[in-house]
Amino acid sequence: MDRVKDLASKKAAVIFTKSSCCRCHSIKALFYDLGASPSIHEVDHDPDMERALRRLGCNPSVPAVFVGGKYIGSAKDIISLHLDGSLKKKLIDARAIWF
Amino acid sequence: MAEFSPRTDTSTDGETEDKALGLYNSSHGLVVSDASDKSRDQKTLRRLAQNREAARKSRLRKKAYVQQLESSRMKLTQLEQELQRARQQGIFISSSGEQSQSMSGNGALAFDVEYGRWVEEHNRRVSELKGAVSNHAGDGELRIIVDGVVAHYEDIFRIKSDAAKADVFHVLSGMWKTPAERCFLWLGGFRSSELLKLLITQLEPLTEQQLLAIGNLQQTSQQAEDALSQGMEALQQSLAETIAGSLGSSNSSGNVANYMGQMAMAMGKLGTLEGFIRQADNLRKQTLQQMHRILTTRQSARALIAINDYSSRLRALSSLWLARPRE
Repeated sequence: MDRVKDLASKKAAVIFTKSSCCRCHSIKALFYDLGASPSIHEVDHDPDMERALRRLGCNPSVPAVFVGGKYIGSAKDIISLHLDGSLKKKLIDARAIWF
Repeated sequence: MAEFSPRTDTSTDGETEDKALGLYNSSHGLVVSDASDKSRDQKTLRRLAQNREAARKSRLRKKAYVQQLESSRMKLTQLEQELQRARQQGIFISSSGEQSQSMSGNGALAFDVEYGRWVEEHNRRVSELKGAVSNHAGDGELRIIVDGVVAHYEDIFRIKSDAAKADVFHVLSGMWKTPAERCFLWLGGFRSSELLKLLITQLEPLTEQQLLAIGNLQQTSQQAEDALSQGMEALQQSLAETIAGSLGSSNSSGNVANYMGQMAMAMGKLGTLEGFIRQADNLRKQTLQQMHRILTTRQSARALIAINDYSSRLRALSSLWLARPRE
């Protein structure tokens, strides 16, 4: 749990993924497209980390997106947040992007 | 040097033409003084005759098209009635007799019929909207009809979600749409960003603020679409690698275990397709809702009418295409 929080606060945008998860790929692509340069952590071989993510309420466990150290959701949530403009706002507030 | 001499060639051609047009007077040779006027008239007359002929042929072709359309329409009505009857009686008419095939086929067929009904209802609602707009209905009345259309849109996303659970490949195939609509198919439906591009041109005048908001919405929609497309590509690649990984020399027990394992993995990957369709439909639904929030009631009405007109054109194009005469 602490390890997740620790990693999540190291950079403005942090995404926990699995290499086999294509939904994760979509969200990564979106962040790159926005110029956000997220920090990516693959939890394929880390069941403890995956459990910690679930305990934090991440459902599904991946992709777990943290902006400014706070969990903002999984794939479906990110798309919604992007469409109503709040994703960009959160990224700007966390200084992951500038415009 | 054999050089092309335009003057010589032209005069030769001109002479032949003038002869054909009877401009050569038997005693005087080429009648020069009013030959140019006569030749102009003759050329005009010939052109008019050709136009008449072309117009006549065009009318005949149009008649043939219309006849084809009429017979296609009758056939279509017949088929629709048959489907309705079969559905009511709960009979599935399958060409094979196989149970498992008819199960998934049933899902596809049921969806096609439901979609057809949804389109009819949608068209009815938009006609009502058009009527209200042309009768200068008040904002209050317009809002009720507009909200109804938007709510009805949500119905189709729910229906599609159920259909994707039953037969994701049927939804992905777009076979439930007409051919011309299928040209623009993206992840089992329309592209929101394209719809918004259409609206920006059709909805003038928009305030500065609205223009900005719609432009933004179009851009974010496009970004989300691109992200989902990339996810799909990753899925395809991953699936290809898994299948390739299951190849190799047969016969050893290790390879059989490998085969089973890889097939199980491939099945898992195929399972994620439904999620992608759902994400794409969510994107469509939310884009429509956002658009509705940005625009005034009257503008939303015009937007919905424009979208419906555009789709109707595509469907008409499909009918023309299907009925085109083949030589």
